[in-house]
Amino acid sequence: MRCVLPIRRCTCSRGCKIGMSTRTRLRDSHVTLAHGGGGKAMRDLIEDVFATAFNTDTTEDQARLTDTALADPGARLAFTTDSYVVHPVEFPGGDIGKLAVCGTVNDLVVGAARPLWLSASFIIEEGCEIDLLRRVVASMRTEADKAGVRIVTGDTKVVERGSADTVFITTSGIGVIPPGRHMAAETIRPGDVAIVSGVLGDHGAAILIARGDMALSTDIRSDCASLGHLIEAVLAAAPDTRAARDATRGGLASALNEMAATARCSIEIDESALPLRTEVKGMCEILGFDPLYLANEGTLVLFVPPDQADAALAAMQSQETGRNATIIGRAISGTSGRVVMQTIFGGMRIVDMLVGEQLPRIC
Amino acid sequence: MKYVEEFRDPAAARGVLAEISRVTDQIGATADAPVRIMEICGGHTHAIFRYGLDKLTPDGIEFIHGPGCPVCVLPRSRVDECIDLAEQPDVIFTSFGDAMRVPGSYKSLLQAKAQGADVRMVYSPLDALELARRNPDREVVFFGLGFESTTPSTALTIQQARRTNVLNFSVFCNHITVPPPIKALLDDPHMCLDGFVGPGHVSMVIGLRPYDFIAQDYGKPIVVAGFEPLDLLQSVLMVLRQIRDGRAEVENQYARVVPAEGNPVSLAAIADVYETRPSFEWRGLGEIDASGLRIRPDYATFDAEQKFQIGYGAGQARAVAEPDGCACGEVMTGRVKPVACPHFGKGCTPELPLGALMVSSEGACAAYYQYGGARAVEVAK
Repeated sequence: MRCVLPIRRCTCSRGCKIGMSTRTRLRDSHVTLAHGGGGKAMRDLIEDVFATAFNTDTTEDQARLTDTALADPGARLAFTTDSYVVHPVEFPGGDIGKLAVCGTVNDLVVGAARPLWLSASFIIEEGCEIDLLRRVVASMRTEADKAGVRIVTGDTKVVERGSADTVFITTSGIGVIPPGRHMAAETIRPGDVAIVSGVLGDHGAAILIARGDMALSTDIRSDCASLGHLIEAVLAAAPDTRAARDATRGGLASALNEMAATARCSIEIDESALPLRTEVKGMCEILGFDPLYLANEGTLVLFVPPDQADAALAAMQSQETGRNATIIGRAISGTSGRVVMQTIFGGMRIVDMLVGEQLPRIC
Repeated sequence: MKYVEEFRDPAAARGVLAEISRVTDQIGATADAPVRIMEICGGHTHAIFRYGLDKLTPDGIEFIHGPGCPVCVLPRSRVDECIDLAEQPDVIFTSFGDAMRVPGSYKSLLQAKAQGADVRMVYSPLDALELARRNPDREVVFFGLGFESTTPSTALTIQQARRTNVLNFSVFCNHITVPPPIKALLDDPHMCLDGFVGPGHVSMVIGLRPYDFIAQDYGKPIVVAGFEPLDLLQSVLMVLRQIRDGRAEVENQYARVVPAEGNPVSLAAIADVYETRPSFEWRGLGEIDASGLRIRPDYATFDAEQKFQIGYGAGQARAVAEPDGCACGEVMTGRVKPVACPHFGKGCTPELPLGALMVSSEGACAAYYQYGGARAVEVAK
């Protein structure tokens, strides 16, 4: 089934507009299988919930795109895709829509691309509240505006109750890497300085607590945010920035392990330098989790040559999303792909990739 | 973070470490003839490696990792029985997260879940009881495991199930007790241990008196310890001082949490719901007399062994051999170090574990693998 969030404009001589955002035609309170049936109900859902929010203006089954950045000699296209499933769909600090925009935007910007366009595909569970969908879509629009991207095409499917968890979203993103920029983990050299852009583990902790299974009550909010402005500020101040990764699933530990493997060097971090909220530390103590493995959705780690580290750090700290930026370690020569941590006690230990999921301990 | 960071103060640690070195020298312990201290609890093993304490303490101290990891000491047959229960069509099987990845002889609970069994991870037995209330047409079984630190919570849950008449709830009881395996280790002529770091959370429930036999009958020092790095270092120092002075006493480093007499409310709940089994099978240690607990006949309605006629409830728990060459038993009893196992890091990794020690958050092999031990230092240089 194809659909590109069409807003069908009336072409009659009277110039009236049909199905535009001024009028709410959708009367249902919950999504039913009819909303995925390809007929009038589906059209109403798409026009009323999605097209009005995203303000798409095509009548075709494809978005046709142009941007002056593409004309620069040496500019490259960056293209990425990611699927978002999260329970609960709304959580302190964000919702699945915000996540779906920020996550894909961040996958573009950590590669030095300027994000331009997104697609958004929704798999909606029968019974999903329409108002919830509206909130999710509204936060996508808000985040897209903040990040300077447009959601230009999309799709919806409705599946039977139990076949999905409320709503799943897949976003793909296209951006342009301006000429001369090359950020890649393979360029990291021993001596390069590692900086994280903010406190670690807030997203993972916020989601765990929002699930309500642990009867813990805290003010931890997801760090979910798009990081394009942050990267642009860093690149302006530290043009030789080697590479950045957003420390999402698997947390900082997994991001560093991937970078160390690609760069064929080791990375050493200092436990006492890691920025962590007291609440996150406390939750980890209770459950036996390691904050290095908790997910972040608006925090990245990057490597810069030592002589540009101070400039990069200052640039990050001048941005809202980089206020808590901190130098946490450096690349060192040594076994390829190994991450070690100087513990607060002066001991040394390996920080390995996460195996499976972190599971709470018995006692 | 209050009550945590004070116990992670590097400056204070340097002072304790200097004193540990001094006392180790006074004892005359060296790398070739080390003082062998067993930390009984798996939580301590992980703290040692997480903070790199093994590398900070002198070579004259050897940490022997004890049998205090509740999922590690379960024979594989018990995990198999969990899976049998979980795969019954009307059962919701609930477990702490820790036990989900532990391999049975043919699969883990996580694998059983993927294949369709209704296995759910809970954070407390009370969550399982609530699940039973909400699913009156299903049988909800909770995998009760752990030492005296977790036993009170399942006891209180069973009491509550009876009080509120939730008859579709039961506990598959695999609770065990700490003192009997220590006695078994002390009776083993191959084990040469000079002292013990005792478990903190278990002692919070049982108090200090159950350890008296270690000092009085076997002449070994034991210091009950907390879980922060300074707690551990201070406890090691207290053990060393006892050795130096020729004393053998039960001392309490974790007095901020552990009362000498234990927790009377918890002990009363345990005594009300549970009774000692004649014997219980431990991985690596075999059958140990009076080392496990079972649910009293009074509470048989809530006893999964009775309800489903499984495990010891079927007359005798089934026997399942360990995988070929697996050294879990030897590692768990401190006879060999994890890296001495031929499978360590090769046939047995956290992704594809042969034994529980590689996956449990308190398993010694997991600690070695995760925190790297010697490998980390070699790289840092």
